[in-house]
Amino acid sequence: MSQAVLQWSLLGTQVMLGIAFVCCALRVLLGPRAQDRVVGLDTLYVNGMLLLLTFGIRSGTDIYFEIALVIALLGFVSTAALAKFLMRGEVIE
Amino acid sequence: MKALLPHPLLSAGLLIMWLLMQQTVKPGPALVGAVVAVLGGWAFALLRPDTVRVRRLGAILRLARHVAVDVIRSNLGVAQVILFRRKDRRSGFVRIQLALRDPQALAVLAVILTATPGTAWLEFDSEEGWLLLHVLDLIDEASWARIVQERYEEPLMEIFQ
Amino acid sequence: MSHAADLPLWAALPVAALLLLGAGLALAGSIGLLSLRSFYERLHAPTIATSCGMAFILLASMIFFSVLQSRLVVHEVLIGILLLVTMPVTLMLVGRAALHRDRLEGSPEVPSEPSPPEDRPS
Repeated sequence: MSQAVLQWSLLGTQVMLGIAFVCCALRVLLGPRAQDRVVGLDTLYVNGMLLLLTFGIRSGTDIYFEIALVIALLGFVSTAALAKFLMRGEVIE
Repeated sequence: MKALLPHPLLSAGLLIMWLLMQQTVKPGPALVGAVVAVLGGWAFALLRPDTVRVRRLGAILRLARHVAVDVIRSNLGVAQVILFRRKDRRSGFVRIQLALRDPQALAVLAVILTATPGTAWLEFDSEEGWLLLHVLDLIDEASWARIVQERYEEPLMEIFQ
Repeated sequence: MSHAADLPLWAALPVAALLLLGAGLALAGSIGLLSLRSFYERLHAPTIATSCGMAFILLASMIFFSVLQSRLVVHEVLIGILLLVTMPVTLMLVGRAALHRDRLEGSPEVPSEPSPPEDRPS
């Protein structure tokens, strides 16, 4: 019983997060301006990280948590660098 | 004590983070974590000499409760705005005059306002104290100014000054 | 998925509910990112995925692993704190960059001067 509940709810969760992922990817592709793409990318990595956490629940291992932590760290750094680039036109001054 | 732990809150946070990553409270990892926490506190003391003085635990708890309630409420509000589009909704910029000048308190206020869905901190003029906010569901500009000033600014002034 | 059979039903139900709720909020945020019209409106959309959406999924993961391994597993809190602190910083940076760019282009919909108009009550 609990297996069926978890299996179906995980499927629903992953489908929803997948659609969310596609929405963000569309925003990155459509733009229309650079700042829209950066915000899209920011949301994209958060959704990807949440998706990895659900994969961790599905497989019952801790390894996905560590990947999610790395994604959260690198996503922050990359978005901050992109925002700096938008502001000044260059990353390293 | 002061020389060993110049920033006790930061060191405690580092130790907790270390133990969470190791997922254990065995003496070995805990000892390494304690060393990391002390070294981190020293390194931070070299970077900026003034320590954060946080008082009034009651005010902190009250602010945390306000923030938690507001985040949950505005989550539902913004989800409603996105899923059921209302025709009369308008978004816009709001300017708010702040009396807060402490940089740490301003940083906390900025994080609170941006983390709450529906409000985004855009710009702050540190000389005049004008804050530029963007609000998704703008009903009344004066009421937004009052919410920010009463709900967040006053507890923050109490905590940091 | 065989390990999930070990999970009692009283734990499986809240995990399932929290997962679906969190994913629903994340989806709402991403739909908002796609459907809202101006950039500054779209700036609000990610925060809904990174506040409650993230919190619910992390909570589900914490309950699941704590019950499954019959010990307290709370290291997901780290991701939560990390995102809670970094997401506002990146959004502020992007928002300020967008404001800067719009002012350089002389866009009419952003307020231009840092000093406010005199007639508006504070």
